[in-house]
Amino acid sequence: MKFFWDGVPMEENTFPGNVACQGCGAALAMRLAMKALGTNTVVTIPACCWTIISGEFPYNSLNVPLWHTAFETTAIMAAGIKAGLTMKGHKDTLVMGWAGDGGTFDIGIQALSGAAERNEDILYVCYDNEAYMNTGIQRSSATPEGAWTTTTPVRHPEDKPKKNIEEILAAHRVPYVATANIAYPEDFVRKFKKARDIKGTRFIHIFAPCPPGWKMSSELSIKSARAAVESKVFPLYEIENGEKFTINYWPKGIPVRDYLKMQGRFRHLTDERIEEIQKFVEETWEKLVRKHELTHGTTENIPRGGEIFYK
Amino acid sequence: MGKKMVLTGNHSVSYGALLSRVEVISAYPITPQTQIVELLSEFVADKILNAIFVNVESEHSAMSACIGASAAGARAFTATSAQGLALMHEMLHWAAGARLPIVMANVNRAMAPPWSVWTDQNDSLAQRDTGWMQIYCESNQEVLDTVIQAYKVSEQVLLPTMLVLDAFVLSHTAEPVEVYDQELVDEYLPPYEAKYRLEPGKPQAFGSLADARTYFEFRYKMQKAMEKAVGLIEKEGELFGEMFGRKYGLVEEFMMDDADYILVTSGTITSTAKVVVRELQKEGEKVGLLKMRVLRPFPFETVRKALGDRKKVAVIDRNISFGHHGVFYQEIKSALYPLEKRPQVFGYIPGLGGRDVTPQDIRDMYFDMKKREKVEEIIWKGVKL
Ligand SMILES: Cc1ncc(C[n+]2csc(CCOP(=O)(O)OP(=O)(O)O)c2C)c(N)n1
Ligand SMILES: [Mg+2]
Repeated sequence: MKFFWDGVPMEENTFPGNVACQGCGAALAMRLAMKALGTNTVVTIPACCWTIISGEFPYNSLNVPLWHTAFETTAIMAAGIKAGLTMKGHKDTLVMGWAGDGGTFDIGIQALSGAAERNEDILYVCYDNEAYMNTGIQRSSATPEGAWTTTTPVRHPEDKPKKNIEEILAAHRVPYVATANIAYPEDFVRKFKKARDIKGTRFIHIFAPCPPGWKMSSELSIKSARAAVESKVFPLYEIENGEKFTINYWPKGIPVRDYLKMQGRFRHLTDERIEEIQKFVEETWEKLVRKHELTHGTTENIPRGGEIFYK
Repeated sequence: MGKKMVLTGNHSVSYGALLSRVEVISAYPITPQTQIVELLSEFVADKILNAIFVNVESEHSAMSACIGASAAGARAFTATSAQGLALMHEMLHWAAGARLPIVMANVNRAMAPPWSVWTDQNDSLAQRDTGWMQIYCESNQEVLDTVIQAYKVSEQVLLPTMLVLDAFVLSHTAEPVEVYDQELVDEYLPPYEAKYRLEPGKPQAFGSLADARTYFEFRYKMQKAMEKAVGLIEKEGELFGEMFGRKYGLVEEFMMDDADYILVTSGTITSTAKVVVRELQKEGEKVGLLKMRVLRPFPFETVRKALGDRKKVAVIDRNISFGHHGVFYQEIKSALYPLEKRPQVFGYIPGLGGRDVTPQDIRDMYFDMKKREKVEEIIWKGVKL
């Protein structure tokens, strides 16, 4: 048990008693992120589940100032706040934009691309629950192939793979892009601390299970998050300066089926469809491994055996 | 005191922002506004102005950046026109709802389609109900002066201000403008000390979900702030006059003594109409002019006092609310309605999309009003069919 919390500070910067659903991956993600970042931080949140989780007026479930903003503005709002704070003498304060997948992959991508291209000095975090959850489970371009949502009903489930947001950000040559997962808190916290101390646009993509949206019971939140990594559906890796790829962990390679089967949103999938998805996951993983190899000249340095992470 | 420069309307805005020591500027190019922010970006690059210029990818982001900066307590500025202003719409509500004293210049340009870069007021008037104060300017000097006054008022009532100038007729026309000494402007406009702001170490949330138990009062307070601004705009305009030699009010009454007939104008049509009024008075006509400078907050009392006792009023609108009529016409009529005795009010629409409004046009409108007995919804001026 101790192992997983190595390097995870005891300090809490989110308050108990927020209104997240049971097993909410996004709530746990914020808890871990704020542990890593500390209180010299200002957060801005657009329309998403976290609008609600952070508390109704006049409450705030974060131990830092919080600015609510419009759905598509997260990145520029963070940059605007950063400019204002800088002019007011708070040059060292970190500004974090914290948005859902819809707010990032879809409606907010213009402002995000603009901020990333200008290399604004912000930390942008996307907690990805793979659909518009706050409005009741509609598809986004982060919804994975095969998934049911209320706008991709089982008679016509999502038929396109998830948008590759990491490579979109990497194409802007930002200093830091990383994936993180609530089932791997040590890796998660390390990445947030690392991001905190880099200048320029930093982007972290968090895998954040949503029990009601994924049609699974709440105790499966961490298990499904872990299975997403171990099945290579959501690999843990970093991209520095747009070209240096580092895989942080070599998954055990459990069948994708094991991951899919936990969740009602994939229940309709036939064996044939699952095979196709398995194949797509393998191919994507292989490409990622090649990029790591191109960076490091080897794949031998990718930690295996399920416990140790490459730093 | 100060120095005289020959400036376009656009550059008068830039100098107004410079003198106001704005701290964060964010903008996106659009004709005919672009020169405003081009000059400001030079001021920043040359360190004449100590500010951060955020070179965004859209007007929606320009307004968002201003909101973020203002939320952190900085004095923020942007400028736009037409399509750019329309794109900002959601964030205009955000700026006002968050009670941020942002100042923006909008160069009045007609909305597309069809494409036009020439002036009319439909862009700014479509944003009338967003909670921004709106001030319509007539000259380049007024433009520069209004930027400074706008910050002074906005920062007291915590509402944003949009100052408005006509495309080309003002934006690209050069006039002699007095650019004041910085020390004097500093004396009039002290640094902005935000009472509420994003302050590291203070974990407060801004803009959280407010249910039906609390939302209503936020809106009530916005209206109260608008009402307070009415008096403040007058007070600060008067103080401005004492310090800089040019006094401003909510409206301007031009040669209105003993006038039975009043032309109501806004923007640059005012200057043309003033020439006509002077001529007409020489010819013995009992005519005067009321320039609407401030549209939001609407100066009800001032307008009632200025127009209540007259025989007839002609409101000249370079805009249209489709399915209704000119917007200033609506507003003037609604202000006068509660009076027991009120003038007949006529609404004229000339000059959409930058079509010239000539002295002859204004003469025609005056004499048309004078002889007209029945009020029509819209009296078009200059439509060719
Ligand atoms: C401009 C605009 N369009 C639509 C909405 C409605 N809306 C609010 S939250 C939301 C979904 C957010 O989805 P996501 O970003 O994935 O975050 P999640 O709710 O899943 O946490 C939508 C569509 C809005 N607030 N603003
Ligand atoms: Mg989502």
